[in-house]
Amino acid sequence: MNRPIRKVTVVCVVLFAALLINANWVQVGQQRSLKQQPTNSREIAARLDRERGAIVTDPTRTTLASSTPVDDEFKYLRQYADGRLYAPVTGYFTLYSATGLERSQNPFLNGDDDRLLASKVTGLFSNDDRRGGTVAITIDPRVQQAAAEALGTRKGAVVALDPRTGAILAMMSTPSYDPNDLAGHDLETVQKNYSTLEADPAKPLLNRAIQETYPPGSTFKIITAAAALSSGDWDPNSEIPAPDKLPLPQSTVELPNFGGERCGNGRTDTLIHALTISCNTAFAQLGMDLGDDKLRDQAEAFGFGSTIDDFELPQATSRFPGDLDQAQTAQSAIGQYDVRVTPLQMAQVVAAIANGGRMMKPYLVQELSGPDLKRIAYTEPEELGQPISAQVASDLTTMMESVVRSGTGRKAQINGVSVAGKTGTAEHGANEPPHAWFVGFAPADNPTIAIAVVVEDGGGESGTGGSIAAPIAQRVMQTALDVRG
Amino acid sequence: MTLPPLRRPRPADLTATFAGFPLPAGLDIPPYRRRELVLLVFAGLLATGALAALMLAHDGKLTFQIATYGLGFFALWGVAHLAVRWFAPAADPLLLPLTAALNGIGLVMIYRIDLARSDAQRKAGEDVTVGAAQTQLVWTLLAIIVFVLVLAVMRDHTTLTRYTYTAGLAGIVLLLLPVVPGIGATINGARLWLRVGPFSFQPSEVSKILLAIFFAGYLGRMRDVISVASPTVLGLKLPRPRDLGPVVVAWAASLGVLIVEKDLGSSLLLFAMFLVILYTATEQVSWVLVGLGLFCGGAMLAYQLFDHVQVRVDGWLHAFQGTNPTSTSYQLVQGLYGFAAGGVLGTGIGQGNPTKVPFSNTDFIMASLGEELGLTGVMAILVMYMLIVMRGLRAAVAARDPFGKLLATGLSATIAFQVFVQVGGVMRLIPLTGLTLPFMSYGGSSIVANAAIIAILLRISDTTTRDKREKADPAPLFDPGAVAGAETQVVVKAT
Repeated sequence: MNRPIRKVTVVCVVLFAALLINANWVQVGQQRSLKQQPTNSREIAARLDRERGAIVTDPTRTTLASSTPVDDEFKYLRQYADGRLYAPVTGYFTLYSATGLERSQNPFLNGDDDRLLASKVTGLFSNDDRRGGTVAITIDPRVQQAAAEALGTRKGAVVALDPRTGAILAMMSTPSYDPNDLAGHDLETVQKNYSTLEADPAKPLLNRAIQETYPPGSTFKIITAAAALSSGDWDPNSEIPAPDKLPLPQSTVELPNFGGERCGNGRTDTLIHALTISCNTAFAQLGMDLGDDKLRDQAEAFGFGSTIDDFELPQATSRFPGDLDQAQTAQSAIGQYDVRVTPLQMAQVVAAIANGGRMMKPYLVQELSGPDLKRIAYTEPEELGQPISAQVASDLTTMMESVVRSGTGRKAQINGVSVAGKTGTAEHGANEPPHAWFVGFAPADNPTIAIAVVVEDGGGESGTGGSIAAPIAQRVMQTALDVRG
Repeated sequence: MTLPPLRRPRPADLTATFAGFPLPAGLDIPPYRRRELVLLVFAGLLATGALAALMLAHDGKLTFQIATYGLGFFALWGVAHLAVRWFAPAADPLLLPLTAALNGIGLVMIYRIDLARSDAQRKAGEDVTVGAAQTQLVWTLLAIIVFVLVLAVMRDHTTLTRYTYTAGLAGIVLLLLPVVPGIGATINGARLWLRVGPFSFQPSEVSKILLAIFFAGYLGRMRDVISVASPTVLGLKLPRPRDLGPVVVAWAASLGVLIVEKDLGSSLLLFAMFLVILYTATEQVSWVLVGLGLFCGGAMLAYQLFDHVQVRVDGWLHAFQGTNPTSTSYQLVQGLYGFAAGGVLGTGIGQGNPTKVPFSNTDFIMASLGEELGLTGVMAILVMYMLIVMRGLRAAVAARDPFGKLLATGLSATIAFQVFVQVGGVMRLIPLTGLTLPFMSYGGSSIVANAAIIAILLRISDTTTRDKREKADPAPLFDPGAVAGAETQVVVKAT
């Protein structure tokens, strides 16, 4: 009978071996993913019992988010010094979840990032109280403040970046919310506040600068012009057809100019003048002459159809639709039909033009430092690509300067500084006022700021990009030039 | 009382010595018991160390109390040790210290959960209820009394064969008792408890032993008949119904009752025990296959028929999907979070949050241990269980009578299965079933029953060794052939 007993012994050993292997798998192999489960209240408690790192601005070292010791259920309370102003960037940090930089930089902020460890080997074996590192971001509080004030109570977004580096100087989305309302330790209050924000039709939790796409309207004409100039068949002074009304092929619809205005002499116009006064028929015809493939290629060279790799915040994808017939191409060339962009995408387009055709990778996190203030990482500017040549960039700059000097973008003028820009008034639905756009950069000869402004539904007034968005851009650019020199 | 060891005697084994000098008569301890005592001191130190760590974590200081508790714990198991010395001097020296160590760690963890609960109650301004650790200490005392009684009363395990059918009947009656209105109680959805005064008792733990005695006694007696007289059908040797009848009836009844009582774990355990004893007795792999087939069929049927089985399986397979983490797989997931929080070295005893897991001192005590002692502690505990099982199976191999072999195999394998089903369930290796972790979980019936199992294993091991000595005695001490001959027993294999 000893033989079956030995076999039973083997079975028992196998059972214990399975348990031992499984224990290793659960406690080491799966440890990280278990700790990151959203329902892991243990980790939530742990992260609120740890001193979470601060989010500060790199230019001014202003503290945006910090942990303060409190005497309640948990040890630290997350606080936002000027919550509403920075919420689109910082996001919030609740008992159960996080968004924005609080989410993307979480491992570093809460101290789990291996770069914060003195030694990785000891890290595996110790459960020491870790402290989070500090995240310094590129946002300039003065520019951000100007963007928020300029937008006021209107729904919209402003993205401003340094075209030379891609550093984002301002990213505002209105209406905003106060992340302090969600950072409290009383779960019921937090849940109530969250439901209120979630149910708000104005969508305060949405970061319109990157998570929402809009029809770009006439601001897309820059890309159509870029495609035309890049083809070599056109230059800024080329005469292009610019009828009062453009019959669209394969349809009975005729495309009019904005407000039924006349471009040039009613038959042709120069490319630069067509852009200056934002002539729809000229650019629609130009788009048809170029063809949808050329337009799409140019748009994708600027970043349409993809998102920025490793960007610190979740982004929506800008798109130029595929397989267009002539009529759809004509409409797409003036930023209508199914063309959709995020404000950040448009800011990238003008930043590339401002930077001599080289598009820099936008970024928010400038520097990571440990609790001991020692620098751990520093973001160096990175070139994403060169969607247009330096010559095309220079021609476009001249054309966009003309827009602000004598065209639709006059309200973006700054005393003593040459500003380049383009307005947009984007139709979206029959009974809604159009979205008001302005994109541009300054100073035109040596740009230090590129900007995209969108005001949803023109802020409810029936206005144009030139009357509503351009003044906002003007104020933000003025501030940036004043404070940053 | 000096006894020769299992291996070939050496002079040192015959006289107890201290540092090479012979000890005076009266102070000498049989070598096996000396080893047991040393290991028991070790177990005592382990438990006391754990308690000290807990006190440091909780109060920030150590008081003299720790010595009292440590000595008390040691004295408790010292009584068991003395009983073994007196009643089973040649028994295996590892089983008792391993049991004591597991019990000690379990007690500290139960006390640790008590502290967390009473802290919470104090904070909420509620009355502090009596801790589970005190109750568990009483149960441990009772378990040791039962342990001593088993050793004292049962001087030879073969006497148990006289009660084969009585044990089978009693086992089934005990299983049925909780269904009887008035004395039965439903706890956590399973009706498998008896409530007597303040103590509730889970009779299935005791019937586990009784049914093991029945299976081992019956199959030990009938194995030859069954094996030889079996007709072969389709290449499978099938037992004649009248030979296997009583066993099948007992097994089916216990299984049926357990399904009625909704206790999946015990049902699985009894079935596994039955299969192990059947296989060991007959050495027929085909019957194991038939048994496994029956089990799979039964499992499918149970899955189809019972909601609570579906819930368990769903909670296991899809632990993190949808709303499961907050509903059906809540306990499992909370337990896993505990294990993850522990990592390799654990938070340290008294420094984690084991009370976040429901049933943190009973079914989920392994999660509490995993959190605070880490993977290291979990593996150490599992290895201790494995050692207990291996020593039990070793006693089975050494045993000379079929009944002793079958009983030791059945009981040892039952411990292995129980640990596997319990820990495997908590660590999401298999679906969760309600079983207690032997010697560690809070709960009286479990520790008492398992202490009795250890006593039986010790008794079998002692009887074997003593048989050997009696047979080896007439041979000259230094006649290697005689000694070797005594160790090699030809077991006639049934054909």
